[in-house]
Amino acid sequence: MSNSFLEIKGVSKKFGNIVALDNINLDISKSELFSLLGSSGCGKSTLLRIIAGFEKPDSGKIFLDGEDITLLPPYLRPLNMMFQNYALFPHLNVKKNIEFGLKEERHNNDEINLRVKDIISLLELDGLEKRKIFEISGGQQQRVALARCLVKKPKLLLLDEPLAALDKKLRVQTQFELVNLQYKLGITFIIVTHDQEEAMSLSDRMAIMKSGKVLQTGNPVEVYEKPINEYVANFIGTANIFNIKEISKNFLIEELNIKIDLPKNAQMFQKCLIRPEKISIKKINSNNTTEKCTGVVKEVAYLGSYTKYLVESNNFQFYSFMQNREISERLKIKWDDLVECSWNNESIYFFNE
Amino acid sequence: MSQFIFLMNNFLRKQNFWFVFTPYFWLILFFFIPLALIFKISISVSEWGMPPYRDFIDFSDGGIKINSTLSNYAFIFSDSFYLRSFLNSLSLAFTSTLICLFIGYPIAFYVAKSKENIRNLLLILLIIPFWTSFLLRVYAWKVILQGSGIINVILMKLGFINEPISMLYNQYTVILGVVYTYLPFMILPLYGYLVKFDLNLINASNDLGAKPLKTFIRVILPLSLPGIIAGSMLVFIPVVGEFVIPELLGGSDKLYFGKIIWDEFFVNRDWPIASALAMSGILILVIPIIIFQLMFAKYNFKNE
Amino acid sequence: MNKSLLKIITLAIGFMFLYFPILTLIAYSFNENKRVMLWKGFSLKWYGKLFQNEQIIEAFLISIKVASLSATFATILGVMIGYSLTRISKIPARPFFIFLSSSPLVMPEIILGLSLLLFFISSNHLIGFPSSKGQLTVLISHITFSVAFVAIIIQSRLSSYDKNIEEAAQDLGTLPNKIFWKITAPVIFPSIVSGWLLAFTLSLDDLVVASFTNGPGANTLPIVVFSKVRLGLSPEVNALSAIIMLIVIIAAVFYYLINRSNIKK
Repeated sequence: MSNSFLEIKGVSKKFGNIVALDNINLDISKSELFSLLGSSGCGKSTLLRIIAGFEKPDSGKIFLDGEDITLLPPYLRPLNMMFQNYALFPHLNVKKNIEFGLKEERHNNDEINLRVKDIISLLELDGLEKRKIFEISGGQQQRVALARCLVKKPKLLLLDEPLAALDKKLRVQTQFELVNLQYKLGITFIIVTHDQEEAMSLSDRMAIMKSGKVLQTGNPVEVYEKPINEYVANFIGTANIFNIKEISKNFLIEELNIKIDLPKNAQMFQKCLIRPEKISIKKINSNNTTEKCTGVVKEVAYLGSYTKYLVESNNFQFYSFMQNREISERLKIKWDDLVECSWNNESIYFFNE
Repeated sequence: MSQFIFLMNNFLRKQNFWFVFTPYFWLILFFFIPLALIFKISISVSEWGMPPYRDFIDFSDGGIKINSTLSNYAFIFSDSFYLRSFLNSLSLAFTSTLICLFIGYPIAFYVAKSKENIRNLLLILLIIPFWTSFLLRVYAWKVILQGSGIINVILMKLGFINEPISMLYNQYTVILGVVYTYLPFMILPLYGYLVKFDLNLINASNDLGAKPLKTFIRVILPLSLPGIIAGSMLVFIPVVGEFVIPELLGGSDKLYFGKIIWDEFFVNRDWPIASALAMSGILILVIPIIIFQLMFAKYNFKNE
Repeated sequence: MNKSLLKIITLAIGFMFLYFPILTLIAYSFNENKRVMLWKGFSLKWYGKLFQNEQIIEAFLISIKVASLSATFATILGVMIGYSLTRISKIPARPFFIFLSSSPLVMPEIILGLSLLLFFISSNHLIGFPSSKGQLTVLISHITFSVAFVAIIIQSRLSSYDKNIEEAAQDLGTLPNKIFWKITAPVIFPSIVSGWLLAFTLSLDDLVVASFTNGPGANTLPIVVFSKVRLGLSPEVNALSAIIMLIVIIAAVFYYLINRSNIKK
């Protein structure tokens, strides 16, 4: 037996002719904050619903804490799910919503009240106990939905797009709260999201999904710096991807016609990735070198902490992101300026499609 | 320019005026005044002639004399015959509403939870009887339950009975007829509420540990309460005044409120008594229901 | 597995209960025998008799006429009520208006019929109008009880749709008095149609109110049918039921197809 807490083994699911999940294998450790990331229709929500028990997989098994839960109905699974639009009961007030699940567990009233009180103060919902669901704000609803699950002390908490319904500022704040809460309680979280930034900032590890398959699992750094293929590279952040060509023992970046040195074991790779923030550009007056990469700035987008430049070189366009560390007219690069681009060789990541 | 806006505003006001005034006037004239008239006649003194009651204000003796009496009410409340028929109607309405609910809820529930293309087809199948003449649907039972009707024929063929048994003209056939004709009125509003039901609420309840039966009791039932109440109202209220079904399928074992009003008016030609009965019906039944509905309006959840 | 079996059985029994009586009636309409129940052989004789029965044909025409007029007027008034209650804030004695427009829904028809009859008689005594009971009095009565049903349909549609589109129209330069015709009416048109259909059905189906308020030359179809079946059975009425069922089913199929094509769009 492996030491993973939640083990998904060869899970497949079809809806009619559409393959929703194709032989999914995942191991998630205890107290991990794990994200399932992918664009809509990639199967991430179906996987979550299978873990929760609302769908049965066509094949495959799911083990939680060593126990096979594949055939357990949702109400017998020791895990809880927070729904995308929270699915709070509109006929019950905040307190009744929170204690709903506890009432099914046959605790005495004192215990229920105590646990509800604890969770209410943990999530700062004090004073709202008697309010109806439609009388509280979106952020408060989100916390009630969280409280309703956490009060049951689940082994595993599933969160379906937990922050999607909140506005931008609240979302960022809630992200941190969610991470803190997870750290404090030590409950394993599985979060489904389509927002790569959210997944990056929340997760210990994440799985990138596409068309019912897991493309890559890893921690955010691995996935960002070493994407397994072009799709993942593009899905997480902005990617400049180039082909590599070999001409008489020399290796060239095909699009830019620039020679590069390959690390020893990299001969077999055909593509390389250079993230925009790893390309720095410098204004030059005239193009007098063929050794270095030079280009013309086609677009400039000032974003406060950094500036995005779209550079065209050799009829190929790529991005460079530069930190705005100083305010200086001298350094300022404008539309149509001629620039020289440079990067560290170590910043290049080589891969095969 | 300001002149133009002023004229525009004026015209708009006029349109609004007609939008409100026309139906307002119609309802006052043909709904409110007739009800007030019932009240007036119910406290009039009955006499032979046309109309068969004495004028409210009488100038005939040279002075003004107001002919008003509560004796009609005293009469109907002292005679247990009227009270009994009213109670019969209430119990008929109550029983059949309950039966309709028990039959209608599972049907509405399963139709609402069907896949969309099947659901639309089933919905049409529910609406067809609703559109078919009410009278003919009652009459159909008269045909079926006849001595030589299909039920008797089948029972005799199967050997359960040797000769036709009489199944018509009693209180049970009345309940059957009422349940049959009013069932769509129960199912359709229930369906309306159940189809809007967010399936994730059921999932959430399961997820929190409630088994299907508990989920039904703790989530589905309370959330479909508005539908249950709407459907029950649509059955209960008209059945209390129901005249046609008891007339076609009922026997002499029980008399109902609608029939009594009908007979007082058409057979006995006692308008004041008929009016007093109608007025009592309004006071006992309709007013509480209106108050109940106004109170219940607050209990409407805003489902986002 | 078990669950879907329970579902199929429930629905099968439910729909059998709803359809068995109607289908029986249709089956018997093809019975040769005059004594409705004893099967003697297939025949279309009662359909022939039905079409020769002038009383029924006349009543049918009167019913259609009254029902379509009543539905039209009730729809106009109902739309006015629905619009007033959702879009116009200044209504004198608003609660009373709400009361008037909704209480016909909860008024037993026997009381409605009685009150209208007494009203027509008194008004005839006072001002000589209506001069006699007839199609006009039935029409007025039917409009009165149908209005509330139409109003509730329109009202729920109007309160559920996005008011922004009316404001958007104003923003784009539509004059306030044109908004209703250019925006509101087209948007709620499906509800107007269903309101009309409901009012039409209510009028066509009504026996009690019509019995109180009808007069010479105003015997609607339910009144004639009722007089025929009150004491016994009538093979002609069986044939009539079959025809009505056929019309309803055709209408339902149309409705279904239209709905389905709408969904597909």
